Amino acid sequence: MSAVTTATVASGFDRTLPRHVSLRQNWRDSMIMARRAIIKMRRTPEQLIDVTLQPIIFTVMFGYIFGGAISGDVQSYLPFFIPGILVQTVLTGASAAGTTLREDMDKGVFDRFKSLPMARIAPLAGALTGDLVRYLIAGTITFVMAFLMGYRPGGGVLGVAATMLLVMACGWALSWIFALVGVSMKSARGVQGIAFLILFPLTFLSSAFVPTETMPGWLQAFVKINPVTHIIKAARDLCNLGTFGADGWYALLGSAIVIAIFAPLAVRKYRTHT
Amino acid sequence: MSNEWAIEAHGLVKDFGEQRAVDHVDLNVAPGIVYGVLGPNGAGKTTTIRMLATLLGIDEGEARIFGHDVVKDAHRVRQLIGVTGQYASVDETLTARENLDIFCRLQGLTGKAIRAKGDELLESFGLTDAANKPLSKFSGGMRRRLDLAASLIARPPLIFLDEPTTGLDPRTRSQMWDTIRELITAGSTVLLTTQYLDEADQLADRIAVIDTGRVVAEGTADELKALVGTSALQVTLGESDDADHASQVISSITGTDVTRSPESRRINAPLTDTGVVTDVLVALRERGIEVTELSLQKPSLDEVFLTITGHTAESTTESENEESAA
Repeated sequence: MSAVTTATVASGFDRTLPRHVSLRQNWRDSMIMARRAIIKMRRTPEQLIDVTLQPIIFTVMFGYIFGGAISGDVQSYLPFFIPGILVQTVLTGASAAGTTLREDMDKGVFDRFKSLPMARIAPLAGALTGDLVRYLIAGTITFVMAFLMGYRPGGGVLGVAATMLLVMACGWALSWIFALVGVSMKSARGVQGIAFLILFPLTFLSSAFVPTETMPGWLQAFVKINPVTHIIKAARDLCNLGTFGADGWYALLGSAIVIAIFAPLAVRKYRTHT
Repeated sequence: MSNEWAIEAHGLVKDFGEQRAVDHVDLNVAPGIVYGVLGPNGAGKTTTIRMLATLLGIDEGEARIFGHDVVKDAHRVRQLIGVTGQYASVDETLTARENLDIFCRLQGLTGKAIRAKGDELLESFGLTDAANKPLSKFSGGMRRRLDLAASLIARPPLIFLDEPTTGLDPRTRSQMWDTIRELITAGSTVLLTTQYLDEADQLADRIAVIDTGRVVAEGTADELKALVGTSALQVTLGESDDADHASQVISSITGTDVTRSPESRRINAPLTDTGVVTDVLVALRERGIEVTELSLQKPSLDEVFLTITGHTAESTTESENEESAA
Protein backbone atom coordinates (compact mmCIF):
# COMPACT_ATOMS: atom_id res chain seq x y z
CA MET A 1 0.00 0.00 0.00
CA SER A 2 2.16 2.74 -1.27
CA ALA A 3 1.51 6.01 -3.01
CA VAL A 4 -1.86 6.85 -1.55
CA THR A 5 -1.81 9.48 -4.23
CA THR A 6 0.33 12.47 -4.92
CA ALA A 7 -2.49 14.99 -5.15
CA THR A 8 -2.68 17.36 -2.22
CA VAL A 9 -5.58 17.65 0.17
CA ALA A 10 -7.25 21.04 0.36
CA SER A 11 -7.06 22.81 3.72
CA GLY A 12 -9.81 22.10 6.23
CA PHE A 13 -10.27 25.80 6.89
CA ASP A 14 -12.27 28.24 4.78
CA ARG A 15 -14.33 25.61 3.03
CA THR A 16 -17.90 26.32 2.08
CA LEU A 17 -19.82 23.42 3.56
CA PRO A 18 -23.56 22.88 3.63
CA ARG A 19 -24.83 22.84 7.18
CA HIS A 20 -27.69 20.40 6.60
CA VAL A 21 -28.53 17.49 4.36
CA SER A 22 -30.68 18.61 1.45
CA LEU A 23 -34.02 16.98 0.68
CA ARG A 24 -32.56 15.57 -2.51
CA GLN A 25 -29.70 14.01 -0.60
CA ASN A 26 -32.18 12.33 1.76
CA TRP A 27 -33.74 10.65 -1.25
CA ARG A 28 -30.42 9.85 -2.95
CA ASP A 29 -28.80 8.34 0.18
CA SER A 30 -31.91 6.29 0.95
CA MET A 31 -31.81 4.82 -2.55
CA ILE A 32 -28.10 3.99 -2.14
CA MET A 33 -28.86 2.24 1.12
CA ALA A 34 -31.77 0.36 -0.48
CA ARG A 35 -29.35 -0.80 -3.15
CA ARG A 36 -27.01 -2.01 -0.40
CA ALA A 37 -29.87 -3.90 1.27
CA ILE A 38 -30.73 -5.65 -2.01
CA ILE A 39 -27.09 -6.63 -2.65
CA LYS A 40 -26.93 -8.07 0.87
CA MET A 41 -30.17 -9.97 0.27
CA ARG A 42 -28.72 -11.50 -2.87
CA ARG A 43 -25.58 -12.47 -0.95
CA THR A 44 -27.51 -14.12 1.89
CA PRO A 45 -30.53 -15.82 0.31
CA GLU A 46 -31.43 -17.50 3.61
CA GLN A 47 -32.88 -14.11 4.56
CA LEU A 48 -35.64 -14.91 2.08
CA ILE A 49 -36.76 -18.19 3.64
CA ASP A 50 -39.57 -16.60 5.64
CA VAL A 51 -41.08 -14.79 2.67
CA THR A 52 -40.89 -17.86 0.40
CA LEU A 53 -41.94 -20.73 2.66
CA GLN A 54 -44.48 -18.95 4.83
CA PRO A 55 -46.90 -18.03 2.03
CA ILE A 56 -46.78 -21.58 0.71
CA ILE A 57 -47.50 -23.21 4.06
CA PHE A 58 -49.87 -20.65 5.59
CA THR A 59 -51.98 -20.14 2.49
CA VAL A 60 -52.64 -23.85 2.15
CA MET A 61 -52.94 -24.50 5.87
CA PHE A 62 -55.29 -21.66 6.84
CA GLY A 63 -57.23 -22.02 3.60
CA TYR A 64 -58.13 -25.63 4.32
CA ILE A 65 -58.49 -25.22 8.12
CA PHE A 66 -60.87 -22.24 8.09
CA GLY A 67 -62.45 -22.58 4.66
CA GLY A 68 -65.15 -25.14 5.42
CA ALA A 69 -66.02 -23.74 8.83
CA ILE A 70 -66.36 -20.15 7.77
CA SER A 71 -67.66 -20.25 4.23
CA GLY A 72 -68.99 -23.80 3.88
CA ASP A 73 -66.25 -24.80 1.45
CA VAL A 74 -62.71 -23.75 0.57
CA GLN A 75 -63.60 -22.34 -2.86
CA SER A 76 -66.06 -19.77 -1.52
CA TYR A 77 -63.64 -18.87 1.29
CA LEU A 78 -60.76 -17.94 -1.04
CA PRO A 79 -61.99 -14.51 -2.22
CA PHE A 80 -62.37 -13.54 1.44
CA PHE A 81 -59.26 -15.26 2.68
CA ILE A 82 -56.54 -14.65 0.06
CA PRO A 83 -56.35 -10.85 0.44
CA GLY A 84 -56.27 -11.40 4.22
CA ILE A 85 -53.43 -13.90 4.15
CA LEU A 86 -51.62 -11.69 1.62
CA VAL A 87 -51.61 -8.75 4.02
CA GLN A 88 -50.71 -11.00 6.94
CA THR A 89 -47.78 -12.51 5.03
CA VAL A 90 -46.42 -9.14 3.95
CA LEU A 91 -46.72 -7.75 7.47
CA THR A 92 -44.90 -10.78 8.87
CA GLY A 93 -42.16 -9.96 6.39
CA ALA A 94 -42.23 -6.35 7.57
CA SER A 95 -41.97 -7.41 11.20
CA ALA A 96 -38.51 -8.84 10.48
CA ALA A 97 -37.28 -5.33 9.57
CA GLY A 98 -36.44 -4.46 13.17
CA THR A 99 -34.40 -7.61 13.74
CA THR A 100 -32.45 -7.17 10.51
CA LEU A 101 -31.80 -3.54 11.34
CA ARG A 102 -30.68 -4.33 14.88
CA GLU A 103 -28.24 -7.01 13.69
CA ASP A 104 -26.92 -4.72 10.98
CA MET A 105 -26.48 -1.78 13.35
CA ASP A 106 -24.40 -3.83 15.74
CA LYS A 107 -21.79 -4.26 13.02
CA GLY A 108 -18.85 -1.92 12.58
CA VAL A 109 -20.03 -0.62 9.24
CA PHE A 110 -22.70 1.48 10.95
CA ASP A 111 -19.91 3.51 12.55
CA ARG A 112 -18.89 4.52 9.07
CA PHE A 113 -22.44 5.45 8.09
CA LYS A 114 -22.64 7.62 11.17
CA SER A 115 -19.34 9.35 10.47
CA LEU A 116 -20.27 10.10 6.84
CA PRO A 117 -22.02 13.34 5.89
CA MET A 118 -25.01 11.31 4.74
CA ALA A 119 -28.73 11.65 5.45
CA ARG A 120 -29.55 10.21 8.87
CA ILE A 121 -32.80 8.71 7.61
CA ALA A 122 -31.05 6.77 4.83
CA PRO A 123 -29.81 3.72 6.77
CA LEU A 124 -33.38 3.14 8.02
CA ALA A 125 -35.36 4.17 4.96
CA GLY A 126 -32.93 2.28 2.73
CA ALA A 127 -33.26 -0.97 4.65
CA LEU A 128 -37.06 -0.71 4.70
CA THR A 129 -37.20 0.11 1.00
CA GLY A 130 -34.97 -2.83 0.14
CA ASP A 131 -37.52 -5.00 1.95
CA LEU A 132 -40.04 -4.20 -0.80
CA VAL A 133 -38.30 -6.97 -2.74
CA ARG A 134 -39.22 -9.37 0.07
CA TYR A 135 -42.86 -8.25 -0.01
CA LEU A 136 -42.95 -8.70 -3.77
CA ILE A 137 -41.68 -12.26 -3.42
CA ALA A 138 -44.12 -13.05 -0.60
CA GLY A 139 -47.08 -11.55 -2.47
CA THR A 140 -46.28 -13.28 -5.74
CA ILE A 141 -45.99 -16.67 -4.06
CA THR A 142 -49.26 -16.11 -2.20
CA PHE A 143 -51.09 -15.40 -5.46
CA VAL A 144 -49.49 -18.40 -7.17
CA MET A 145 -50.63 -20.64 -4.31
CA ALA A 146 -54.09 -19.08 -4.43
CA PHE A 147 -54.30 -19.72 -8.17
CA LEU A 148 -53.29 -23.35 -7.65
CA MET A 149 -56.00 -23.70 -5.01
CA GLY A 150 -58.53 -22.49 -7.55
CA TYR A 151 -58.80 -18.77 -6.77
CA ARG A 152 -59.73 -16.66 -9.82
CA PRO A 153 -59.66 -12.98 -8.75
CA GLY A 154 -62.57 -11.00 -10.18
CA GLY A 155 -60.43 -7.86 -10.45
CA GLY A 156 -58.26 -9.53 -13.08
CA VAL A 157 -54.54 -8.99 -13.62
CA LEU A 158 -54.89 -5.24 -13.07
CA GLY A 159 -56.75 -5.75 -9.82
CA VAL A 160 -54.10 -8.16 -8.58
CA ALA A 161 -51.28 -5.77 -9.57
CA ALA A 162 -53.02 -2.86 -7.84
CA THR A 163 -53.52 -5.03 -4.74
CA MET A 164 -49.82 -5.84 -4.68
CA LEU A 165 -48.90 -2.17 -4.98
CA LEU A 166 -51.24 -1.16 -2.19
CA VAL A 167 -50.13 -3.94 0.15
CA MET A 168 -46.44 -3.27 -0.50
CA ALA A 169 -46.87 0.45 0.14
CA CYS A 170 -48.77 -0.19 3.37
CA GLY A 171 -46.25 -2.85 4.42
CA TRP A 172 -43.45 -0.30 3.94
CA ALA A 173 -45.34 2.22 6.06
CA LEU A 174 -46.06 -0.22 8.89
CA SER A 175 -42.47 -1.48 8.86
CA TRP A 176 -41.49 1.87 10.46
CA ILE A 177 -43.11 0.58 13.65
CA PHE A 178 -40.76 -2.39 13.61
CA ALA A 179 -37.82 -0.16 12.66
CA LEU A 180 -38.44 1.89 15.81
CA VAL A 181 -38.43 -1.31 17.88
CA GLY A 182 -35.19 -2.32 16.13
CA VAL A 183 -33.29 0.87 16.87
CA SER A 184 -34.67 1.13 20.41
CA MET A 185 -33.74 -2.28 21.76
CA LYS A 186 -30.36 -3.68 22.62
CA SER A 187 -30.58 -7.23 21.29
CA ALA A 188 -31.96 -8.76 18.12
CA ARG A 189 -33.72 -11.42 20.19
CA GLY A 190 -35.58 -8.80 22.19
CA VAL A 191 -36.58 -7.04 18.98
CA GLN A 192 -38.03 -10.27 17.64
CA GLY A 193 -40.08 -10.84 20.77
CA ILE A 194 -41.60 -7.37 20.71
CA ALA A 195 -42.19 -7.57 16.97
CA PHE A 196 -44.35 -10.67 17.45
CA LEU A 197 -46.32 -8.98 20.21
CA ILE A 198 -47.11 -6.14 17.81
CA LEU A 199 -47.67 -8.29 14.75
CA PHE A 200 -50.22 -10.72 16.18
CA PRO A 201 -52.80 -8.24 17.47
CA LEU A 202 -52.40 -6.14 14.32
CA THR A 203 -53.09 -9.02 11.97
CA PHE A 204 -55.45 -11.25 13.97
CA LEU A 205 -57.55 -8.41 15.39
CA SER A 206 -58.65 -7.60 11.88
CA SER A 207 -60.89 -9.17 9.33
CA ALA A 208 -58.02 -11.18 7.86
CA PHE A 209 -59.40 -14.66 8.53
CA VAL A 210 -62.87 -14.42 9.99
CA PRO A 211 -65.81 -12.06 9.64
CA THR A 212 -65.77 -9.63 12.56
CA GLU A 213 -69.54 -9.71 13.35
CA THR A 214 -69.18 -12.46 15.98
CA MET A 215 -66.50 -10.57 17.97
CA PRO A 216 -67.48 -8.74 21.19
CA GLY A 217 -68.19 -5.03 20.78
CA TRP A 218 -64.99 -3.73 22.37
CA LEU A 219 -62.95 -5.92 20.08
CA GLN A 220 -64.90 -4.75 17.05
CA ALA A 221 -64.06 -1.20 18.07
CA PHE A 222 -60.35 -1.95 17.86
CA VAL A 223 -60.78 -3.91 14.65
CA LYS A 224 -62.48 -0.87 13.10
CA ILE A 225 -59.62 1.53 13.84
CA ASN A 226 -56.92 -1.03 13.06
CA PRO A 227 -55.38 0.17 9.76
CA VAL A 228 -54.75 -3.47 8.86
CA THR A 229 -58.53 -4.07 8.68
CA HIS A 230 -58.83 -1.31 6.08
CA ILE A 231 -55.81 -2.54 4.13
CA ILE A 232 -57.40 -6.00 3.95
CA LYS A 233 -60.82 -4.66 2.95
CA ALA A 234 -59.24 -2.46 0.31
CA ALA A 235 -57.23 -5.44 -0.95
CA ARG A 236 -60.46 -7.51 -1.21
CA ASP A 237 -62.15 -4.77 -3.20
CA LEU A 238 -59.23 -4.44 -5.59
CA CYS A 239 -58.70 -8.17 -5.97
CA ASN A 240 -62.28 -9.35 -6.29
CA LEU A 241 -64.02 -6.34 -7.81
CA GLY A 242 -61.23 -4.17 -9.18
CA THR A 243 -62.55 -1.16 -7.26
CA PHE A 244 -60.88 1.28 -4.92
CA GLY A 245 -63.15 2.83 -2.32
CA ALA A 246 -63.28 4.36 1.14
CA ASP A 247 -61.33 1.50 2.72
CA GLY A 248 -58.51 2.16 0.27
CA TRP A 249 -58.33 5.78 1.33
CA TYR A 250 -58.49 4.82 5.01
CA ALA A 251 -55.68 2.33 4.43
CA LEU A 252 -53.50 5.00 2.81
CA LEU A 253 -54.39 7.56 5.48
CA GLY A 254 -53.59 5.08 8.27
CA SER A 255 -50.28 4.27 6.59
CA ALA A 256 -49.41 7.95 6.28
CA ILE A 257 -50.20 8.48 9.96
CA VAL A 258 -47.99 5.54 10.94
CA ILE A 259 -45.10 7.00 8.91
CA ALA A 260 -45.64 10.47 10.34
CA ILE A 261 -45.44 9.13 13.89
CA PHE A 262 -42.91 6.34 13.70
CA ALA A 263 -40.39 7.53 11.09
CA PRO A 264 -39.32 10.66 13.03
CA LEU A 265 -39.17 8.66 16.28
CA ALA A 266 -37.04 5.94 14.69
CA VAL A 267 -34.66 8.42 13.05
CA ARG A 268 -34.30 10.33 16.31
CA LYS A 269 -33.59 7.16 18.21
CA TYR A 270 -31.03 6.16 15.58
CA ARG A 271 -29.27 9.54 15.75
CA THR A 272 -28.90 9.42 19.50
CA HIS A 273 -28.11 5.72 19.66
CA THR A 274 -24.55 5.31 20.89
CA MET B 1 -12.35 30.54 19.27
CA SER B 2 -9.45 30.98 16.93
CA ASN B 3 -9.24 29.44 13.51
CA GLU B 4 -5.89 27.75 13.76
CA TRP B 5 -6.40 24.27 15.20
CA ALA B 6 -7.48 21.21 13.25
CA ILE B 7 -8.81 19.83 16.53
CA GLU B 8 -9.56 21.93 19.56
CA ALA B 9 -11.14 20.21 22.56
CA HIS B 10 -11.81 21.68 25.98
CA GLY B 11 -12.79 19.74 29.06
CA LEU B 12 -14.32 16.73 27.28
CA VAL B 13 -16.20 14.44 29.63
CA LYS B 14 -17.97 11.14 28.94
CA ASP B 15 -19.60 8.93 31.53
CA PHE B 16 -20.77 5.37 30.98
CA GLY B 17 -23.09 4.88 33.90
CA GLU B 18 -21.07 5.25 37.07
CA GLN B 19 -17.81 5.14 35.25
CA ARG B 20 -16.09 8.24 33.90
CA ALA B 21 -14.43 7.11 30.67
CA VAL B 22 -13.13 10.52 29.66
CA ASP B 23 -12.39 13.07 32.36
CA HIS B 24 -11.85 16.66 31.20
CA VAL B 25 -9.64 16.02 28.21
CA ASP B 26 -8.09 19.03 26.44
CA LEU B 27 -6.50 18.61 23.03
CA ASN B 28 -5.05 21.11 20.58
CA VAL B 29 -3.93 19.63 17.30
CA ALA B 30 -2.27 21.81 14.68
CA PRO B 31 -3.09 21.08 11.03
CA GLY B 32 -0.66 19.02 8.97
CA ILE B 33 0.77 16.85 11.73
CA VAL B 34 0.38 13.36 13.14
CA TYR B 35 -0.92 13.66 16.66
CA GLY B 36 -0.59 10.55 18.79
CA VAL B 37 -2.86 9.68 21.69
CA LEU B 38 -0.97 7.13 23.73
CA GLY B 39 -2.44 5.06 26.50
CA PRO B 40 -3.30 1.57 27.70
CA ASN B 41 -6.55 -0.29 27.03
CA GLY B 42 -9.46 1.42 28.68
CA ALA B 43 -7.70 4.75 29.11
CA GLY B 44 -10.43 6.54 27.13
CA LYS B 45 -8.70 6.80 23.76
CA THR B 46 -11.49 5.27 21.71
CA THR B 47 -14.16 7.20 23.58
CA THR B 48 -12.31 10.46 22.93
CA ILE B 49 -11.98 9.72 19.21
CA ARG B 50 -15.65 8.77 18.98
CA MET B 51 -16.70 12.05 20.54
CA LEU B 52 -14.46 14.06 18.22
CA ALA B 53 -15.74 12.10 15.20
CA THR B 54 -19.43 12.84 16.03
CA LEU B 55 -20.08 9.15 16.78
CA LEU B 56 -20.75 9.67 20.46
CA GLY B 57 -22.45 12.43 22.43
CA ILE B 58 -20.43 14.71 24.69
CA ASP B 59 -21.47 14.93 28.35
CA GLU B 60 -19.44 18.04 29.17
CA GLY B 61 -17.02 20.32 27.40
CA GLU B 62 -16.79 21.20 23.74
CA ALA B 63 -14.78 20.31 20.67
CA ARG B 64 -14.18 21.94 17.32
CA ILE B 65 -12.86 20.49 14.11
CA PHE B 66 -11.37 23.18 11.85
CA GLY B 67 -13.47 25.64 13.83
CA HIS B 68 -16.77 23.73 13.53
CA ASP B 69 -18.48 22.54 16.71
CA VAL B 70 -18.77 18.72 16.67
CA VAL B 71 -22.22 18.80 18.26
CA LYS B 72 -23.92 21.84 16.75
CA ASP B 73 -22.27 21.53 13.37
CA ALA B 74 -21.93 17.76 13.12
CA HIS B 75 -22.87 17.62 9.44
CA ARG B 76 -20.08 20.03 8.52
CA VAL B 77 -17.58 18.19 10.70
CA ARG B 78 -18.46 14.93 8.95
CA GLN B 79 -17.52 16.53 5.64
CA LEU B 80 -14.02 17.16 6.98
CA ILE B 81 -13.13 13.86 8.62
CA GLY B 82 -12.35 10.26 7.80
CA VAL B 83 -12.63 7.66 10.56
CA THR B 84 -10.99 4.27 10.72
CA GLY B 85 -12.03 2.38 13.80
CA GLN B 86 -10.35 -0.30 15.80
CA TYR B 87 -12.80 -2.79 14.37
CA ALA B 88 -13.00 -2.50 10.62
CA SER B 89 -16.09 -0.51 9.69
CA VAL B 90 -16.78 -2.21 6.40
CA ASP B 91 -19.58 -4.49 5.23
CA GLU B 92 -18.77 -8.15 5.81
CA THR B 93 -21.24 -9.56 3.32
CA LEU B 94 -20.11 -7.35 0.44
CA THR B 95 -16.95 -7.46 -1.65
CA ALA B 96 -14.22 -4.84 -1.36
CA ARG B 97 -15.40 -3.28 -4.60
CA GLU B 98 -19.05 -3.16 -3.48
CA ASN B 99 -18.04 -1.59 -0.19
CA LEU B 100 -16.10 1.19 -1.88
CA ASP B 101 -18.87 1.60 -4.45
CA ILE B 102 -21.46 2.30 -1.75
CA PHE B 103 -19.21 4.61 0.26
CA CYS B 104 -18.29 6.53 -2.92
CA ARG B 105 -21.97 7.02 -3.76
CA LEU B 106 -22.70 8.17 -0.22
CA GLN B 107 -19.90 10.71 -0.59
CA GLY B 108 -21.67 12.12 -3.64
CA LEU B 109 -19.67 10.53 -6.45
CA THR B 110 -21.65 9.56 -9.55
CA GLY B 111 -21.19 7.73 -12.84
CA LYS B 112 -17.68 6.88 -13.95
CA ALA B 113 -16.08 8.65 -11.00
CA ILE B 114 -17.27 5.82 -8.71
CA ARG B 115 -15.45 3.12 -10.65
CA ALA B 116 -12.35 5.31 -11.07
CA LYS B 117 -12.12 6.15 -7.37
CA GLY B 118 -12.58 2.49 -6.47
CA ASP B 119 -9.83 1.43 -8.89
CA GLU B 120 -7.49 4.10 -7.56
CA LEU B 121 -8.00 3.12 -3.91
CA LEU B 122 -7.86 -0.64 -4.51
CA GLU B 123 -4.64 -0.11 -6.45
CA SER B 124 -2.94 2.10 -3.88
CA PHE B 125 -3.85 -0.24 -1.03
CA GLY B 126 -2.81 -3.38 -2.88
CA LEU B 127 -6.31 -4.83 -2.98
CA THR B 128 -6.88 -4.96 -6.75
CA ASP B 129 -6.59 -8.77 -6.88
CA ALA B 130 -9.01 -9.19 -4.00
CA ALA B 131 -11.49 -6.58 -5.27
CA ASN B 132 -14.31 -9.03 -5.97
CA LYS B 133 -13.78 -11.43 -3.11
CA PRO B 134 -16.16 -11.40 -0.16
CA LEU B 135 -14.64 -9.86 2.94
CA SER B 136 -14.98 -13.12 4.83
CA LYS B 137 -11.93 -14.24 2.82
CA PHE B 138 -9.92 -11.17 3.87
CA SER B 139 -7.10 -11.16 6.42
CA GLY B 140 -7.12 -8.67 9.28
CA GLY B 141 -4.55 -6.54 7.50
CA MET B 142 -6.57 -6.45 4.27
CA ARG B 143 -9.69 -5.40 6.13
CA ARG B 144 -7.79 -2.64 7.85
CA ARG B 145 -6.48 -1.44 4.50
CA LEU B 146 -9.92 -1.47 2.94
CA ASP B 147 -11.24 0.37 5.97
CA LEU B 148 -8.60 3.07 5.60
CA ALA B 149 -9.20 3.24 1.85
CA ALA B 150 -12.90 3.88 2.54
CA SER B 151 -11.96 6.69 4.91
CA LEU B 152 -9.96 8.45 2.20
CA ILE B 153 -12.61 8.62 -0.54
CA ALA B 154 -13.44 12.27 0.07
CA ARG B 155 -9.78 13.17 0.72
CA PRO B 156 -10.61 14.47 4.19
CA PRO B 157 -8.25 17.02 5.74
CA LEU B 158 -8.52 15.25 9.11
CA ILE B 159 -8.25 11.50 9.59
CA PHE B 160 -8.92 9.65 12.83
CA LEU B 161 -7.15 6.32 13.17
CA ASP B 162 -8.09 4.28 16.21
CA GLU B 163 -5.26 1.85 16.93
CA PRO B 164 -4.53 1.39 13.23
CA THR B 165 -1.84 -1.25 13.73
CA THR B 166 -3.10 -3.25 16.71
CA GLY B 167 -3.03 -6.91 15.76
CA LEU B 168 -1.12 -6.41 12.52
CA ASP B 169 2.04 -8.31 11.69
CA PRO B 170 5.26 -6.24 11.60
CA ARG B 171 5.36 -5.95 7.81
CA THR B 172 1.78 -4.76 7.51
CA ARG B 173 2.40 -2.42 10.41
CA SER B 174 5.31 -0.72 8.69
CA GLN B 175 3.23 -0.43 5.49
CA MET B 176 0.53 1.27 7.54
CA TRP B 177 3.13 3.67 8.92
CA ASP B 178 4.26 4.54 5.39
CA THR B 179 0.68 5.21 4.39
CA ILE B 180 0.16 7.50 7.37
CA ARG B 181 3.29 9.46 6.46
CA GLU B 182 2.01 9.82 2.90
CA LEU B 183 -1.28 11.21 4.20
CA ILE B 184 0.65 13.94 5.98
CA THR B 185 2.77 14.65 2.92
CA ALA B 186 -0.44 15.11 0.95
CA GLY B 187 -1.57 17.73 3.47
CA SER B 188 -3.92 15.88 5.80
CA THR B 189 -3.88 15.94 9.59
CA VAL B 190 -3.93 12.60 11.40
CA LEU B 191 -5.01 11.84 14.93
CA LEU B 192 -4.06 8.31 15.88
CA THR B 193 -4.39 6.34 19.07
CA THR B 194 -1.92 3.67 20.02
CA GLN B 195 -0.81 1.49 22.88
CA TYR B 196 2.72 1.39 21.54
CA LEU B 197 5.27 3.96 22.59
CA ASP B 198 7.38 2.92 19.62
CA GLU B 199 4.56 3.71 17.20
CA ALA B 200 3.91 7.12 18.69
CA ASP B 201 7.64 7.74 18.59
CA GLN B 202 7.98 6.76 14.92
CA LEU B 203 4.97 8.65 13.65
CA ALA B 204 3.68 11.37 15.89
CA ASP B 205 4.84 14.96 15.87
CA ARG B 206 3.13 15.48 19.19
CA ILE B 207 1.83 12.99 21.71
CA ALA B 208 -0.76 13.14 24.46
CA VAL B 209 -0.40 10.46 27.11
CA ILE B 210 -3.82 9.52 28.41
CA ASP B 211 -4.59 7.52 31.52
CA THR B 212 -7.90 6.79 33.27
CA GLY B 213 -9.59 9.35 31.04
CA ARG B 214 -7.13 12.18 31.69
CA VAL B 215 -4.30 13.66 29.67
CA VAL B 216 -1.34 13.17 31.98
CA ALA B 217 1.41 14.45 29.69
CA GLU B 218 1.62 16.19 26.35
CA GLY B 219 4.52 17.13 24.12
CA THR B 220 6.82 15.99 21.35
CA ALA B 221 8.28 12.51 21.47
CA ASP B 222 11.60 13.99 22.61
CA GLU B 223 9.98 15.94 25.41
CA LEU B 224 8.22 12.83 26.68
CA LYS B 225 11.33 10.76 26.36
CA ALA B 226 13.23 13.25 28.44
CA LEU B 227 10.78 12.32 31.19
CA VAL B 228 11.48 8.60 31.01
CA GLY B 229 14.85 8.35 29.29
CA THR B 230 15.38 6.45 26.06
CA SER B 231 16.03 3.26 27.95
CA ALA B 232 16.32 2.08 31.49
CA LEU B 233 19.23 0.63 33.41
CA GLN B 234 18.37 -1.95 36.02
CA VAL B 235 21.02 -2.78 38.60
CA THR B 236 20.68 -5.46 41.27
CA LEU B 237 22.99 -5.01 44.22
CA GLY B 238 24.67 -7.67 46.29
CA GLU B 239 23.95 -5.85 49.54
CA SER B 240 20.80 -3.85 50.17
CA ASP B 241 22.79 -1.64 52.60
CA ASP B 242 24.53 -0.15 49.58
CA ALA B 243 21.28 1.07 48.09
CA ASP B 244 21.40 4.71 49.19
CA HIS B 245 24.98 5.14 48.20
CA ALA B 246 24.50 3.35 44.87
CA SER B 247 21.42 5.40 44.04
CA GLN B 248 23.35 8.61 44.54
CA VAL B 249 26.22 7.41 42.38
CA ILE B 250 23.99 6.22 39.57
CA SER B 251 21.80 9.31 39.68
CA SER B 252 24.82 11.61 39.50
CA ILE B 253 26.07 9.85 36.37
CA THR B 254 22.78 9.37 34.52
CA GLY B 255 21.44 12.76 35.52
CA THR B 256 17.96 11.26 36.07
CA ASP B 257 15.89 10.34 39.09
CA VAL B 258 16.25 6.68 39.98
CA THR B 259 13.59 4.45 41.48
CA ARG B 260 14.21 1.58 43.90
CA SER B 261 12.36 -1.68 44.27
CA PRO B 262 10.67 -2.20 47.66
CA GLU B 263 13.36 -4.58 48.94
CA SER B 264 15.89 -1.92 47.90
CA ARG B 265 18.27 -4.18 46.08
CA ARG B 266 17.13 -3.27 42.59
CA ILE B 267 17.71 0.21 41.23
CA ASN B 268 16.04 1.44 38.07
CA ALA B 269 17.51 4.45 36.28
CA PRO B 270 16.17 6.03 33.09
CA LEU B 271 18.91 6.75 30.60
CA THR B 272 19.08 9.45 27.98
CA ASP B 273 22.41 8.12 26.74
CA THR B 274 23.16 4.40 26.92
CA GLY B 275 26.88 5.18 26.69
CA VAL B 276 27.02 5.99 30.40
CA VAL B 277 26.44 2.35 31.41
CA THR B 278 30.19 1.65 31.55
CA ASP B 279 30.70 4.83 33.61
CA VAL B 280 28.12 3.56 36.08
CA LEU B 281 29.81 0.18 36.38
CA VAL B 282 33.27 1.71 36.80
CA ALA B 283 32.01 4.16 39.42
CA LEU B 284 30.26 1.39 41.39
CA ARG B 285 33.37 -0.80 41.36
CA GLU B 286 35.58 2.09 42.47
CA ARG B 287 33.32 2.49 45.48
CA GLY B 288 33.31 -1.21 46.22
CA ILE B 289 29.60 -1.70 45.59
CA GLU B 290 28.85 -5.23 44.45
CA VAL B 291 26.58 -5.67 41.45
CA THR B 292 24.99 -9.09 40.95
CA GLU B 293 22.84 -8.37 37.94
CA LEU B 294 22.56 -5.68 35.34
CA SER B 295 20.23 -5.16 32.43
CA LEU B 296 19.47 -2.47 29.91
CA GLN B 297 15.86 -2.12 28.78
CA LYS B 298 14.15 -0.02 26.18
CA PRO B 299 11.54 2.17 27.78
CA SER B 300 8.11 0.68 27.59
CA LEU B 301 4.74 2.31 27.89
CA ASP B 302 4.81 0.98 31.43
CA GLU B 303 7.76 3.16 32.26
CA VAL B 304 6.15 6.23 30.73
CA PHE B 305 3.24 5.50 32.96
CA LEU B 306 5.27 4.70 35.98
CA THR B 307 7.19 7.92 35.61
CA ILE B 308 4.26 10.16 34.76
CA THR B 309 1.42 8.66 36.74
CA GLY B 310 3.24 6.83 39.48
CA HIS B 311 1.51 3.55 38.65
CA THR B 312 1.90 0.94 35.95
CA ALA B 313 -0.25 0.68 32.86
CA GLU B 314 -1.65 -2.71 33.91
CA SER B 315 -3.40 -1.30 36.92
CA THR B 316 -5.49 0.98 34.72
CA THR B 317 -7.17 -1.67 32.59
CA GLU B 318 -10.29 -1.69 34.70
CA SER B 319 -12.48 -0.56 31.86
CA GLU B 320 -12.19 -3.26 29.25
CA ASN B 321 -15.82 -2.54 28.56
CA GLU B 322 -15.00 0.82 27.05
CA GLU B 323 -15.38 -0.47 23.52
CA SER B 324 -18.62 -2.28 24.11
CA ALA B 325 -20.05 0.67 25.97
CA ALA B 326 -19.01 2.95 23.14
